[in-house]
Amino acid sequence: MRNTIAIVKKEFRGYFSTPLAYVFLVAFLVITQWLVLKGYFLRGQADLRSFFSLIPIVFILFIPAVTMRLWAEERKQGTIETLMTSPVRDGEVIVGKFVGGWIFLALALVLTFALPILAKVTVKPEIGIDRGPIIGGYIGLFLLGGAYLAIGLFASSLLDSQIGAWIVGASICFLLYMIGDPFGLFSLPASLVPLFQYLSLSRHFENIGRGVIDFNDLLYYFSVIFFFLFMNACVLKNRK
Amino acid sequence: MIKVENLTKRFGETVAVNDVSFEVSRGDILGFLGPNGAGKTTTMKIITCYMEPDRGDVKIGELDIKNRSLEIRRMIGYLPENTPLYMDMGVVDYLLFISELRNIPKGKRIKRVREMVDVCKLGREIKKNIGELSKGYRQRVGLAQALIHDPEILVLDEPTSGLDPNQIMEIRDLIKNIGQEKTIIISTHILPEVTATCNRAIIIHNGKLVADGATEELIERSRGRSIFYTQLKGHREEIENKLQELISVENLKLVEETDGSFRYEILAPKAKNPSEDIFRLAVKNDWVLTELSQERASLEDVFHELTK
Repeated sequence: MRNTIAIVKKEFRGYFSTPLAYVFLVAFLVITQWLVLKGYFLRGQADLRSFFSLIPIVFILFIPAVTMRLWAEERKQGTIETLMTSPVRDGEVIVGKFVGGWIFLALALVLTFALPILAKVTVKPEIGIDRGPIIGGYIGLFLLGGAYLAIGLFASSLLDSQIGAWIVGASICFLLYMIGDPFGLFSLPASLVPLFQYLSLSRHFENIGRGVIDFNDLLYYFSVIFFFLFMNACVLKNRK
Repeated sequence: MIKVENLTKRFGETVAVNDVSFEVSRGDILGFLGPNGAGKTTTMKIITCYMEPDRGDVKIGELDIKNRSLEIRRMIGYLPENTPLYMDMGVVDYLLFISELRNIPKGKRIKRVREMVDVCKLGREIKKNIGELSKGYRQRVGLAQALIHDPEILVLDEPTSGLDPNQIMEIRDLIKNIGQEKTIIISTHILPEVTATCNRAIIIHNGKLVADGATEELIERSRGRSIFYTQLKGHREEIENKLQELISVENLKLVEETDGSFRYEILAPKAKNPSEDIFRLAVKNDWVLTELSQERASLEDVFHELTK
């Protein structure tokens, strides 16, 4: 546990030791705010539906970029040797890197709170604002982002090149997000549809986004996270 | 203290380490020699628990790397090849992070980092980022990182490669100072380094152990016959005839002649030293003896002979 905390701290600080994190945060905020505010001012609508439907897509590109260097860089620089020969378990390092990324993601999400606040301030008092979908949406984004992070981290452990890790990570995220899409399900045998829907990252996100937090959806996200972190551990073990 | 038993490690088709066994006792400074790609680094990676062997075992005291890896890692300080460091971290931040990973209690970390800054003479460079440091200073940060938890065993993989001669001297002195109370394995392909710092050496070639022993012993062993030089003043013919008669002289060769003084290269048979005979002969015949020396074989010769 102590070791994990040490890694979390180091990784979280690591994001800010290069300009990269700031570039990411600024780019992320500019893109999301612009996409949302465009519709907001045109239509004058005080709901954040477009925000919560866009961010999962933006995350597919954004999050593997956050995680791509986590293992690839350690291996390229060779620092993985000092790291893995110190008295820490593989699992502690993996969880530490993951949690460090998750906190960074939480920070990125907190920085978008301007949007719900804006919605609340500008909405006509007689209409009011429905809090459920907003809170649910943020929880959903946090969990979905966690799943992407675990996937991105796993991809980074596979490849020595950061760009390679980013492409593989984004592809897996994209695939898992899209397999529940009605467009793809259409061509599948009916018996497989529920399975694909269950496996899809987007379906569970939609559930939570309605403001209904179901144990099943939580279980799903934590399973995905656990699965990819476990796969990450297997890759590390295999390289020994 | 360290017992390496029948270590074998394959990477695909190539056998990086092939059935290597050796022991290191407490307080030894072991020089680990071999050409590039001989399997030095792989062996070190296995000892430090970074890699697992395909066959064989490493025991540190009573602990073996397969089951007690965490405890072993606590006892070892490791400086990997090329001194990998986090380039965008500050020197102090990095050492604090390592001390945290090395389970140094919170209250003692700053003190320990300060000690390391002194021991490794990091001085005024501590405010910089590691990426801004020169190679010599990076090497010192690497050593500080390996020493911070005061390990019993130090494993250093080519600690002086890529440094200039002054830096090499400094790092060597540093290692010698530290080495007084620790067991050290140091890999290198720079041979004077081994003669200068190590009391034992092993040579590994194509993944196999080809020599193991005290450095002097290795040098001695490689030379079947030894070469002596002597310079005498007297009658050339008399000198040559009388020297030839000695049993401790196998071959005689004139190498230099200056004003009636002759310098010879003498090849002595195995385990024979002709110095005494030559001296007595000179006294008896009233020659003037101006030089009598033995050419010292170097580790280079041993190395070259064993890894051809």
